[in-house]
Amino acid sequence: MTSTVSASEVLPYGEFLTDEHNAIAEMVRDFATREIAPKAAEVDRNARFPVETFKELGKLDLLGLIVPTEYGGAGSDYRSYAIAVEEIGRACGSTGLSYAAHCSLGTNPIKLFGSEAQKKKYLPKLASGEFIGAWALTEPGTGSDASSQKTTARREGDSWVLNGTKQFITNATHADVNIIMAMTDQSLGRKGISSFIVEKGTPGFYVSKVEKKMGMRGSPTASLTMEDCKIPAENIIGEVGEGYKQALTTLEGGRISIGALALGIAQAAFDAALQYAQQREAFGQPIGKFQLIQGYLADMSTQIQAARLLIYHAAWMKDHGKRVTLEGSQGKLYASEIASRVCNLCVQIHGGYGYIEDFPAERFLRDAKLCEIGEGTSEIQRLLIARQLGL
Amino acid sequence: MKIAVCIKAVPDTETKIQLAADRQNIDFTGVRFITSPYDEFAIEEALKLKEKHGGETTAFCLGGPEATDVLRDALARGLDSAVHVCDASFVQLDPLSTAKVLAAAIADGGFDIVLCGHQGSGTDNSLVPSMLAELLDWPQANIVVKLEVEGGSFKAEREIEGAHEIVQGSLPAVISAQKGLNEPRYPSIKGVMAARRKEIAQKDAAALGLAGKVGSAQATMKIKEMTMPADRPQGRIIDGDVDTAVKALVQLLRSEAQVV
Repeated sequence: MTSTVSASEVLPYGEFLTDEHNAIAEMVRDFATREIAPKAAEVDRNARFPVETFKELGKLDLLGLIVPTEYGGAGSDYRSYAIAVEEIGRACGSTGLSYAAHCSLGTNPIKLFGSEAQKKKYLPKLASGEFIGAWALTEPGTGSDASSQKTTARREGDSWVLNGTKQFITNATHADVNIIMAMTDQSLGRKGISSFIVEKGTPGFYVSKVEKKMGMRGSPTASLTMEDCKIPAENIIGEVGEGYKQALTTLEGGRISIGALALGIAQAAFDAALQYAQQREAFGQPIGKFQLIQGYLADMSTQIQAARLLIYHAAWMKDHGKRVTLEGSQGKLYASEIASRVCNLCVQIHGGYGYIEDFPAERFLRDAKLCEIGEGTSEIQRLLIARQLGL
Repeated sequence: MKIAVCIKAVPDTETKIQLAADRQNIDFTGVRFITSPYDEFAIEEALKLKEKHGGETTAFCLGGPEATDVLRDALARGLDSAVHVCDASFVQLDPLSTAKVLAAAIADGGFDIVLCGHQGSGTDNSLVPSMLAELLDWPQANIVVKLEVEGGSFKAEREIEGAHEIVQGSLPAVISAQKGLNEPRYPSIKGVMAARRKEIAQKDAAALGLAGKVGSAQATMKIKEMTMPADRPQGRIIDGDVDTAVKALVQLLRSEAQVV
């Protein structure tokens, strides 16, 4: 890669990132460029989850990047994680999304809220890639409005019995470990939500509908249905009624990763647009010599730079034990919205070639749009930010 | 088993090469250095030998500050230790001088085998591994695509014109790796993190007993001038219907390209 910029090259060096982050960025970029990017178009076209890539990510400790070493992870920090998501997302949006969902949503809640036994049982396998993780909050009737969900869990002796359907669940078709939010007491609203681990193959638990999507097509999204699905009592994560609180914390960290994913896609789109503008000639000169195109590229690079600073600042704060309710939402909101704009301009700069499958521009735009919707819509991010402003 | 691997920092293969003002080297401004691709096969083979026979692995890199990153990369891939061979007099060395320096660094280390890439990407002389073997007075096999080591001997399959040649020899030996020898692994995150915490040993001319003996003054060969390859001429489109165009193409392949 020659024209690309990475986090380590633009941030105040030694301030947000260390030499180790720099080395991790190089390593992930090298792998992503050589092994993930060449498959991105095929994965998108065939809506194929590149499970073989996940096994490799496991071998390289990337799936266990933020899992503590005592559970088989690399025990690295959130900045390294944001770097990994950005670099993987730059190579392939779909792979980046499934990677982020596996780590932030499918693995992190067990690390943060799980019992010692759950950590020992699941984290090493989630870190190695033997298991793929998914996390299920959204339902057909509820997305942002989590407190009105319909999935229930009732206690029966030494078991919990789950009923209901979860929708738009990333990695659902391949997940071995599923973290399911369910109402243990409907009368309590959000305080009646608890979270549970449901393993693939549990009787009464199945993948019910695989979605056909506009973008991120290589990252499987499906519904999960539970019909009198019986799981052991010890599969509850934390205490009864803590599910919603856990979900908020999980999503707070997840936002940084979706912001990093949007950033990676935006960087890929910018790189493609810049290269195209330097090579494509019109009226006897490269189109990059025209001021309108220059203006587009100048805006794109400025926005990407600003998004990168927001994301790595939020990650730095998280690594220093600070709350990132505000900064995480700001980063996610901004990065995802500029990613759509940058990718849209990337298509525009490519002209007709931007609108056909032969160039990656249209895929970038389709992939980027998801980041404004998943793990909290832009509207929810604005509400969260406003709340932090005391409104 | 004690295994040495010689690696070289070379400009990233995607670098846009520009000549330096004196035209005796390339312009290194802004150039990113990587491990010479053939050396990656040597590193991987060292890791495999260690996995099979146990022992320890050491990377040697002769060069300036750019050597640090490639040595860290070698450590991240799993080599045990790294030696940076560096001295103000070790600049613009010819292949023989490079081999002398490496031989001095390796000779008394008790190594059973030395693995190198069969050529350094960029200069492509393919000289150092063989010179190193001669200076150490060890057997050598170059352009190796398959290697077996058992007891005190090695068996190597070499790529030769249109065939493979199998050679045997005793250890210690110098082996130079060709593409196909193995599939180099990527460094893991744990490897990258561990590599940051390892010390890279430094050896200069004095430590190697080479003070005043190796340098550009002693070089037996010097680069006089580098030139850029000529610009590739524009492609040409042959107009007309298929019959005429094919005839014109065949004509040009005969008269101009002289390939048929």
